[in-house]
Amino acid sequence: MDHVLTARTLFGTTMAFHIIFATLGVGIPLMILLAELLYQKTKDNDYALMANRWTKALAILLGVAIPSGTIAGVQLSLLWPGFMEVIGKVMALPFQIEIYAFFVEALFLSIYVYAANRISPTMRIVSLTFVAIGAAASAILITNVHAFEGTPTGFRIENGQIVDVDPWKAFFNPSFAVTATHVVLSAYMTGAFTIASIAAYKMLKNKHNERIQLFHKKALMLGLTVGGVFSLLTAINGHESAQLLHEYQPEKLAAAEGLFETQSHAPLVIGGFTDRETQTVKWGIEIPWLLSFLAGNRFDTVVIGLNDFPEEWWPPLFVHTLFNAMVGIGMFLLLLSLVGFIWHRVKTQQIFPNWFMWTIVTAGPLALLGIEFGWVFACTGRQPWVIYRMMTTAEAVTQSTNLGTLFLLFTSIYVFLLVAVVLVLRSYFRRHPIEQHLATHM
Amino acid sequence: MTDELIAISILWGFIFIYAVMATMDFGAGFWSMVYMNRPQTKATKIANRYLSPTWEVTNVFIVAIVVALVSFFPGATFMLGTILLIPGSIILLLLTVRSAFLVFSHVAPKYEKVLVYISGISGLLIPAFLISVLPITHGSFVETVNGVSQLRLDRLFTSPHEYAFIAFAITSTLFLSSLLLADYSNEANETEAYAIYRRDALIIGPFALLSSILIMITMRSEARWLYDGMIAYWPWLAASVALFLVAGLALFLPSWRKKNGRGMPRLAVVAIVLQYFCASYAYGKAHLPYMIYPDVTIESGFTHPNTFRALFVTYIVGFAILFPGFIYFWRLFMKDRRYVANDEK
Ligand code: HDD
Ligand code: HEM
Ligand code: HEM
Repeated sequence: MDHVLTARTLFGTTMAFHIIFATLGVGIPLMILLAELLYQKTKDNDYALMANRWTKALAILLGVAIPSGTIAGVQLSLLWPGFMEVIGKVMALPFQIEIYAFFVEALFLSIYVYAANRISPTMRIVSLTFVAIGAAASAILITNVHAFEGTPTGFRIENGQIVDVDPWKAFFNPSFAVTATHVVLSAYMTGAFTIASIAAYKMLKNKHNERIQLFHKKALMLGLTVGGVFSLLTAINGHESAQLLHEYQPEKLAAAEGLFETQSHAPLVIGGFTDRETQTVKWGIEIPWLLSFLAGNRFDTVVIGLNDFPEEWWPPLFVHTLFNAMVGIGMFLLLLSLVGFIWHRVKTQQIFPNWFMWTIVTAGPLALLGIEFGWVFACTGRQPWVIYRMMTTAEAVTQSTNLGTLFLLFTSIYVFLLVAVVLVLRSYFRRHPIEQHLATHM
Repeated sequence: MTDELIAISILWGFIFIYAVMATMDFGAGFWSMVYMNRPQTKATKIANRYLSPTWEVTNVFIVAIVVALVSFFPGATFMLGTILLIPGSIILLLLTVRSAFLVFSHVAPKYEKVLVYISGISGLLIPAFLISVLPITHGSFVETVNGVSQLRLDRLFTSPHEYAFIAFAITSTLFLSSLLLADYSNEANETEAYAIYRRDALIIGPFALLSSILIMITMRSEARWLYDGMIAYWPWLAASVALFLVAGLALFLPSWRKKNGRGMPRLAVVAIVLQYFCASYAYGKAHLPYMIYPDVTIESGFTHPNTFRALFVTYIVGFAILFPGFIYFWRLFMKDRRYVANDEK
């Protein structure tokens, strides 16, 4: 493999690993907070118990999120020193402010986990709120750097020198708000569906214990409701993200849709594979005019096709599949929560049939897959640029060689940690079964 | 002060805070391994009680250092990123395994034994690799051919200078952490654990001093420019040695709080932190203006002035907001007798 490709693979693998834990680290604090608030409101002990158990799981997950994030942060400088040189001069603010967010989260998480029995209920909720704010702020700020890579502003490059630097203008670059919102909304959605998945699974496994069924049913409905709300918001905001691409990175949108010829009344193609030779999307379902409408809210919007750009600027064409998968998952989960919600309303007291429960079990993993597809689409779809139209990925890469060995080392650590985290979670919840707590609380 | 000096001072401050917090953190991991098989003493418990809530906060400092480096001195990033790829990656891998396992062992006692070993051993290895960054910046291990810089690992690992630094890192880790844990167990009224950690500090202290002298000796032949600079700051070095003696004395004086008790560990901790402060001040001053000798200076690597100004404002605002959080944290875990002595259970 050539040098740049190895570096990309290594960094992409690190990020793909980190994002699993980071997303849950943003999403689950919200669920814990909601459970704590519901407990304060209803005085139903089940909610206190949920908050307690989810916090334990969160502490374990953050035990991987934090070191893998540390890897991501340091690797960014080690693998892409050319990129970080520009970032350091122009876009240092989000990284710096993110440090404060990390501090807030680390301080209050330690307080919530290790001092929970010594602080008042109010301080517990305050601490949790700070954890949730810190996590969301970290996500927003790091995403801002990513947004800047797509829509760089606040500087110019003149004869290889960086001039006219305006760090706040770079901070508030055109895609910041929409992109950061998308990441946070999708993380909340993923956290909620993960909770729903686990609750559904537990209900299927504990058919004969009504008390346990009741407990998990509450968690399930909380997860489905929150997940449903946030998947609707994610879809609306995702539509805005696509319009942003239309405006600022048209070749990325063209690659996402497999559109080669510039046209008005452009069709939307769902599924299929983009074929470079014939310049078509094979086996896709074509919906006339829809792409134009999505890009500009009018059917006569002209959408630029790939042929208007030099071929070396084209992103890899498989991003079409990634984009479809992300949007497809979003639509599916929205539908799922809608059906579940209506069902629950119409037939109260009734438990969902097995097939529907098993579908809910897939929701959490699917949402996580949506996150992965979305990110790989966003980062790979930016190629060959690391900073759009300013710096190519090849210009940014480290001069050190031997990246192959490092790739093997890091990947084995990730696999190892993934296995370890599953074992530790299982071991903890095996030793602290829900029955035990329910018995003491009743 | 110029902008460059302010920036390097902030960076240096972070490195110093991290160095102190991390040596305590890593050392605590090591001691909890050493005393694991002695359930009758509470030495391991004490080390763990200190470690559990602090590692996350300590970890944020390492990220803060990297970010401060990249944002204040982006011009140094290209070279540093390139030459530190291998040592940096090793540090990352060790840190990852260690942090993950610290959390795992806290919730799954089944794994505790393995985890204690991992955290103990990596607790020594990580400081050794971290400190290697310093001799690397002294210049003689970096080779630039056709504009491509490379770290000569073969030269690094055959150099006595590097090994002097490693010895210094390991002994300092053990020394500082045993002192702190002595103070911590004194606070918790654990006489037995206190006696153990006090003894450890007394044994290791002289070795820490010895290895710092070794660093000076090897520096004389391997990085003469730095050696001369440090000698020019000799009053700081002398103060550092004096503070070391103060700390030693403090461990022998009779306790003023407890009858029959021996030593004033709090005074010793303060003296030793000041000792490291003086020594690293002299080192840092002598190192200027070079970040990596002789290629990168703080001027050549400095960020854009507009970015510096914006960053500086966020530092003031950020830490003003965070400060109460730190105080609250400190009071909950370092000062609260209920936690330190674990009375509640
Ligand atoms: C559960 C996860 C999830 C779901 C269901 C969706 N997204 Fe998404 N999407 C992400 C998770 C995500 C993400 C992982 O968070 C990304 C990657 C980079 C980013 O900014 O957000 C993303 C990026 C992203 C981008 C690229 C932005 C860029 O490259 O700058 C677009 C155009 C969309 N999304 C659009 C949508 C649409 C129209 C959806 C319709 C339902 C949708 N997303 C659902
Ligand atoms: C967390 C989820 C993320 C995932 C899964 C992810 C995935 C990837 C992948 C697969 C690559 C290689 C792309 C290719 O070369 O084809 C990559 C590159 C890159 N990503 Fe992301 N990324 C994520 C988040 C981010 C964020 C938040 C940033 C901004 C700070 C970022 C910045 C970069 C940079 C600088 C590169 C290397 C240069 C390049 O290939 O363009 N990534 N990422
Ligand atoms: C958009 C994708 C990302 C999201 C949503 C995200 C979110 C998070 C979250 C929630 C944490 C846990 C924070 C804590 O508990 O302190 C975390 C840790 C971390 N992340 Fe990410 N992250 C993303 C991508 C990245 C990237 C690209 C980098 C590298 C530049 C990075 C660097 C870090 C670091 C350094 C930490 C550890 C902080 C600490 O030491 O506490 N993250 N991230």
